[in-house]
Amino acid sequence: MSEGAAIASELWTIATFRGGFNATLVIAGTSLLGLAAGVIGVFALLRKRSLVADALAHATLPGVALAFLVSAALGGDGRSLPALLAGAAATGALGVACVQALLRYTRLHEDAAIGIVLSVFFGAGVVGLSYIQANASAGSAGLTGLIFGQAATMRPSDVALMGVVATVGVLGALLLLKEFTLVCFNDDFARVQGWPVSLIDGLMMALVVLATVAGLQAVGLILVVALLIVPPVAARFWTERVWVLVALAGLIGALSGYLGAVASAALPRKPAGAVIVLAAGAIFAISLLAAPRRGVIASAWRRARLRLRIAGEHLLEAAHDRGVDVIEPGEIAAVARERGWPRAARIFVAWSLVRRGDARRERRGALRLTPRGIDRGRRVARNHALWEQYLVSYADVAPSHVDWSVDQVEHVLSEELVAELESRLASLGRPAPAAPGGAR
Amino acid sequence: MHAMTVAYQRKPVLWDVDYDAPANRLIAIVGPNGAGKSTLIKACLNLTPRASGQVEFWGEPYRRARSRVGYVPQRESVDWDFPVSALDVVCMGRYRKIGWCRPVSRRHKEAALECLDRVGLRDYARRQISQLSGGQQQRVFLARAIAQEAELYFMDEPFAGVDAATERAIVEVLRELKESGKTVIVVHHDLQTVREYFDEVILLNMRVVAAGPAREVFTRENLQRTYGGRLTLLSEASEAIARAERPA
Repeated sequence: MSEGAAIASELWTIATFRGGFNATLVIAGTSLLGLAAGVIGVFALLRKRSLVADALAHATLPGVALAFLVSAALGGDGRSLPALLAGAAATGALGVACVQALLRYTRLHEDAAIGIVLSVFFGAGVVGLSYIQANASAGSAGLTGLIFGQAATMRPSDVALMGVVATVGVLGALLLLKEFTLVCFNDDFARVQGWPVSLIDGLMMALVVLATVAGLQAVGLILVVALLIVPPVAARFWTERVWVLVALAGLIGALSGYLGAVASAALPRKPAGAVIVLAAGAIFAISLLAAPRRGVIASAWRRARLRLRIAGEHLLEAAHDRGVDVIEPGEIAAVARERGWPRAARIFVAWSLVRRGDARRERRGALRLTPRGIDRGRRVARNHALWEQYLVSYADVAPSHVDWSVDQVEHVLSEELVAELESRLASLGRPAPAAPGGAR
Repeated sequence: MHAMTVAYQRKPVLWDVDYDAPANRLIAIVGPNGAGKSTLIKACLNLTPRASGQVEFWGEPYRRARSRVGYVPQRESVDWDFPVSALDVVCMGRYRKIGWCRPVSRRHKEAALECLDRVGLRDYARRQISQLSGGQQQRVFLARAIAQEAELYFMDEPFAGVDAATERAIVEVLRELKESGKTVIVVHHDLQTVREYFDEVILLNMRVVAAGPAREVFTRENLQRTYGGRLTLLSEASEAIARAERPA
């Protein structure tokens, strides 16, 4: 068996939860974490607080160091995870409070306030860690793991913690979806209605703290914010509804956790946290490109189609103006030169006219217009004339300058707007251009 | 109905505003840019802290009168690329009636749909709000306020940058509100339409220049006092206080 096939078979074994107890445990833990962070991250995104979450994550480090020192001084094991996470949550929340205080009482903008809190707290944490390394007898191996994450060290109790966090996150989002959405969309309106906006904001932030602290062990404090930001942003490409966004973000987060843990288990010495973030990044990239409405490809396709349609209409209009039913290749070339189309575009324009049923191909590349195509040419020409008259009589545009803007607008006029133009011009007592369907 | 005295100390933008709004009228707040029109509304609704003075609604503080007060914020105050539909936004007007943690029931959705119908947007209920024109977005906000079923409405520049169809729809709704016994206080920009649309006018420029029935108050002389002759002393005093409070 080749090496590639061996890795593939091992991946499959792990992915189907047959890779041994430890691997399965890690996969379950990171999937639950991804689910919770994805769901909770939606509200950080909609409240435009994603970066505050980053400051929060970095501000957990001094808390970890403090918790270690305190519990060691009290005679306990400095590396007990619950104590470390409690310390992390405390200074993380303090960091968020500092950002808000800076915004409220100084003239700093949010980016600067976040930058200051993030770096100063992280610096304090690094100093604390080096002090522990130099002085503490117990050693600090477990602490540095919280910076970059050590998913492989997960124990059953840690996975249970992830399960609790995921349950709280999902329940909170379900129960308070309406309140969270309202505050994110329009906090002033919520206040006027009498909702306790600070309390609701506080609940949202508490969930973010929870997800961040839960993610320290698996992903590490530097990258944990990615789990809060990336899945919701990726999900946003696919939907325009909040509850779908919440469900999708949770799904994408869980999928990232799952894929990342599987991949890092099959490829030894790859840190699970970073691979999880890369998996989320890959899903984001796919969403960015392939999403049906908001995706890059879809919008490029829409633009291209609109341009093709406009180009085709220019051809039809030219045929209408010259009173011919057959467009000769020479005429296509002439319009193309005048409009500055690239050579390849001529083929596409002709193709799209045929496809829309506006024309049929004749011998030697000529196009014979169908009745439908003739009618469209007439309509476009009329819109052109209507809009021209409107600009001259209403907008005081000099007749010689009218043509440029007319060229763009005539193709996008809705029937409603055409009717409005007709009635306005009629009220001015100007003769409207001949109606479509009239004699040519 | 309610007497309000509003003044600020941190950065004074309104000085000693005293006004008693009559019930069941359409009231315009008119004044130049920076006169404190929006601030006046926000101070009434406790959105901006007041340095001194109090606002009373039917003789009670705002927090007791809340359920009887509706609000239309400025359109630009929210992000319209938000993943909700027009109907979702209108439903927000009923959230207080629905209460904590409960989903929006069919009955409330029907009520919200009725409100969209009143502003002529029933067919747009499922549209995502970024796909609405500016005027349609403004009408969605108006529908949300109607959904609040209040007795007194505050509207912050509902006519700003809207098309003719929207302006007609808004005026229509204002008249209906008045006919059903409501009071509406509107921040308004267009001086030409004040007399046509409103019964009462507050002319505002950091203080109340004049207030009362539109026919009596909306005069050339009062307008000149509001817009003309700059209130240099007041605005300079404000600047000075602001500088002292917050050294640059």
